Amino acid sequence: MLVTILFYSFAAVLIGAALGVILSRNPVHSVLFLVLCFFNAAVLWLLIEAEFLALVLVLVYVGAVMVLFLFVVMMLDINIEKLREGFARNAPLGVLIALIVIVELYYVLWVRRLGIEVTGGTAPLPENYSNTAQIGAVLYTEYVYPFQLAAIVLLIAIIAAIALTMRKRPGQKVQDVAHQVSVRAKDRVRIVKMATEREP
Amino acid sequence: MSMHQLCLLIVLAPLIAAVVAGLGGRYVGRSGSHWLCTGGVAVSFAASGWILKQMVDGAPVFNEAVYTWAVSDGIRMEVGFLIDHLTALMMTVVSFVSLVVHVYTIGYMKDDPGYQRFFAYISLFTFSMLMLVMSNNFLQLFFGWEAVGLVSYLLIGFWFKRPTAIFASLKAFLVNRIGDFGFIMGIAAVVYYTGSLNYVEVFERAPSMLGLEIFLTPGEPSKPITLICVSLFLGAMGKSAQVPLHVWLPDSMEGPTPISALIHAATMVTAGIFMVARMSPLFELSKDALHFMIVIGATTALFMGFLGVVNNDIKRVIAYSTLSQLGYMTVALGAGAYGAGIFHLMTHAFFKALLFLAAGSVIIAMHHEQDMRRMGGLRRYMPITYWTCLIGSLALIGFPGLSGFFSKDIIIDAVKHSEIEGSSYAYWCVLLGVFVTALYSFRLVFMTFHGRERMDEHTREQLHESPWVVTLPLIALAIPSVFIGWLTVGPVVFGDFFAGSISQGAHIPASIIGEEFHGPAEFLAHAFASPALYFAFAGIVTAWYLYLKRPDLPEVISTRYARLYRLLVNKYYFDWFNENVVAAGARSFGTGLWKRGDEAAIDGVLVNGTARAIGAIAALVRHVQTGYLYHYAFAMIIGLSLLLGWMLLKS
Amino acid sequence: MITLTHYLMLAGILFAIAVAGIFLNRKNVILLLMCIELMLLAVNFNFVAFSRFRGLLDGQIFVFFILTVAAAEAAIGLAILVVLFRQRQSINVEELDAMKG
Repeated sequence: MLVTILFYSFAAVLIGAALGVILSRNPVHSVLFLVLCFFNAAVLWLLIEAEFLALVLVLVYVGAVMVLFLFVVMMLDINIEKLREGFARNAPLGVLIALIVIVELYYVLWVRRLGIEVTGGTAPLPENYSNTAQIGAVLYTEYVYPFQLAAIVLLIAIIAAIALTMRKRPGQKVQDVAHQVSVRAKDRVRIVKMATEREP
Repeated sequence: MSMHQLCLLIVLAPLIAAVVAGLGGRYVGRSGSHWLCTGGVAVSFAASGWILKQMVDGAPVFNEAVYTWAVSDGIRMEVGFLIDHLTALMMTVVSFVSLVVHVYTIGYMKDDPGYQRFFAYISLFTFSMLMLVMSNNFLQLFFGWEAVGLVSYLLIGFWFKRPTAIFASLKAFLVNRIGDFGFIMGIAAVVYYTGSLNYVEVFERAPSMLGLEIFLTPGEPSKPITLICVSLFLGAMGKSAQVPLHVWLPDSMEGPTPISALIHAATMVTAGIFMVARMSPLFELSKDALHFMIVIGATTALFMGFLGVVNNDIKRVIAYSTLSQLGYMTVALGAGAYGAGIFHLMTHAFFKALLFLAAGSVIIAMHHEQDMRRMGGLRRYMPITYWTCLIGSLALIGFPGLSGFFSKDIIIDAVKHSEIEGSSYAYWCVLLGVFVTALYSFRLVFMTFHGRERMDEHTREQLHESPWVVTLPLIALAIPSVFIGWLTVGPVVFGDFFAGSISQGAHIPASIIGEEFHGPAEFLAHAFASPALYFAFAGIVTAWYLYLKRPDLPEVISTRYARLYRLLVNKYYFDWFNENVVAAGARSFGTGLWKRGDEAAIDGVLVNGTARAIGAIAALVRHVQTGYLYHYAFAMIIGLSLLLGWMLLKS
Repeated sequence: MITLTHYLMLAGILFAIAVAGIFLNRKNVILLLMCIELMLLAVNFNFVAFSRFRGLLDGQIFVFFILTVAAAEAAIGLAILVVLFRQRQSINVEELDAMKG
């Protein structure tokens, strides 16, 4: 019962936050609503005992990705009013499409049921079960190659992000090491013979 | 020396001479090349004469392959020689005329820069012609056939800086292609129906295809043998210049005169006649083909003669005369008198080569002036040329006792008694042809050698008889022109000279079977009773009256009958027809294919059209690509909802 | 009792809201990116729910990879956005029509 109450309340907050994401005027608010969304989603995943992913979602998504979003949104000087032009005009179509999707999904899930058991609870877990340990066991054995690939994807993302945003600023002073090394003395120093003391 | 080696010697001597003179002309020099080529042909002539003698003395027929090129599906493609009476006779005639022309060329071409080339060509021609006549199979026959055509093309265009010569050589080549197409179709049909290329085997198997029928047009059966014979004769029509494939021969006079004598009068153009005679066992089987031949031949004989009457170019007159005489030979073949045709071929080779060489001698003296209206009275300046030319003309018109008399009279007699359909038309054609022949021949003699001297002063001062290398061949040809008929008519036509080589089939006219023949003297006496002789005399008298007695009359006649005159001057509009209907039709057809087929359909619709269609479709479709991110997102989402909806409704 | 259907329905609603968000905020690239994050969250919801209610661990592994890729995508997307803003002084989608056909 407690679980049901928790589910419905967090689900309500989740939907409300999602609506907040798409409806709020200020993009900063939108990002903050999105963070709320992720928090609620993490709690809902905890309710069905997927602890590892719930924590990853909070740590990685909220901690890194969402902060990145927030940072970018705040950094860019955006003309919000201009971007919201046509918001009201597009609203009916958006709502209609959203309703169609919801109705269709409802029909699929409640009426058709996909031929699988959907009314039961979660699968029972044994004593001393560790979600993290199980995922780790599978991830480093069966899915080791995809795991490596994921690492490469992240590496490429880092390189791409840096490469994209890097820029040469005019007037920056840099060393040319090769040029420095290949310098010869006579290019720099001129030895002049001169009298040791001034002529009287 | 065996027959085998002798045959190789005959064909290879001129070939080697031609190769050396042609490729190494610079090293052997002018005199080197003419000694080499003349020597090569002299060797061929000597060997041919020896073989002929052996044959007359009763040597067996020689039929042997010397080299097998390929064997495919039982068909042997070989180089081989068939030496019988017909071949031996042809070899001797060809090599003799060729030898004479070689000697004559030394004088005629002495100032020409292409001297060595010319000798190489005529020796190559001799080789090709000998290969043609000595062949024992259709493939080698075709090789020789095409090789003489090639050399003819090269020699007509010998003076390759003259546009008219280039045009004439191309014309000869193209017109001959039409005939050759028929010829090779005929050979293909022979191979198809008999499965062999060898003459003897083909002749043995030919009767077995008489029962077969093919349907060229739906519902009308025709005989394969007729198809074969007509196709082969089509080749002969091209090479032997029968109507309507005759148009190239008058134009071929653009070549040097020795060529006109050798190739376009004495030897190559008679290849068609020779071929039909050689194939006589096949032609005997098809009465329809004989009918076709006799009609074509008779038409050529008469109507080409008319053209000789109105032409003023001395060489072209003789060229039309050649056409007409080839028509006579074809008529003889059509009447089934193959021996008579070959006999006329032989006598004609001598006196027509003689006439051409005499004309060449006149042309040298006149500094390459060929228009007879600027000649006249040359008799006094060049007696040897005059007398030999007169002998040639008399032989041509069939003056009693000379060679042409025998051969022509036999043909007329044979046609009269022939039972082939169309022989009565042919009879009147050849009879009238005798009158026309006499008319144009003596018109030539009178206009050139008699009458007023119409050349300019400068030319007249330099007129003199030609050197001995020119006159010697004239005399050498005049002798057989006079006597060969008398000497050989008995054995060649009425005897069994050709018994083994030419078919004496069912269609042979009764008049030339040996029983009625009692020696040349009696034949001569008999001739006075036939109308041909009187036609010939009438022709001479008419020529004398029109061109010596009243030289103003021809002008009057040509103006009075202007329409007829124009028809003749324009050569019955054959060239006009070819130019404006055949060639123009082909050209416009080609242009149509090019413009509509290639440019419009293939380039326009298929190639560029595809590209344009893609461009047009893309121009429409590109509007779908707005470039706005959200449009793509919408498309995805709408697609998703449609997909979901479809999956739901599909039950 | 909370069943699989509850979770799936919640994910569906979340997805639908994200879709509506794309329609509503069609000019703002940042919001579009956020809506995509919301959609990914909805998908992840499905994976986690199926994984747990069916008793199979693979769904959660999948979510792990999706999170990785989404993080990479967000990093690169935001980097592009920064560069874009530097160039144009705007993130208005309507001005980004270089790919217009």
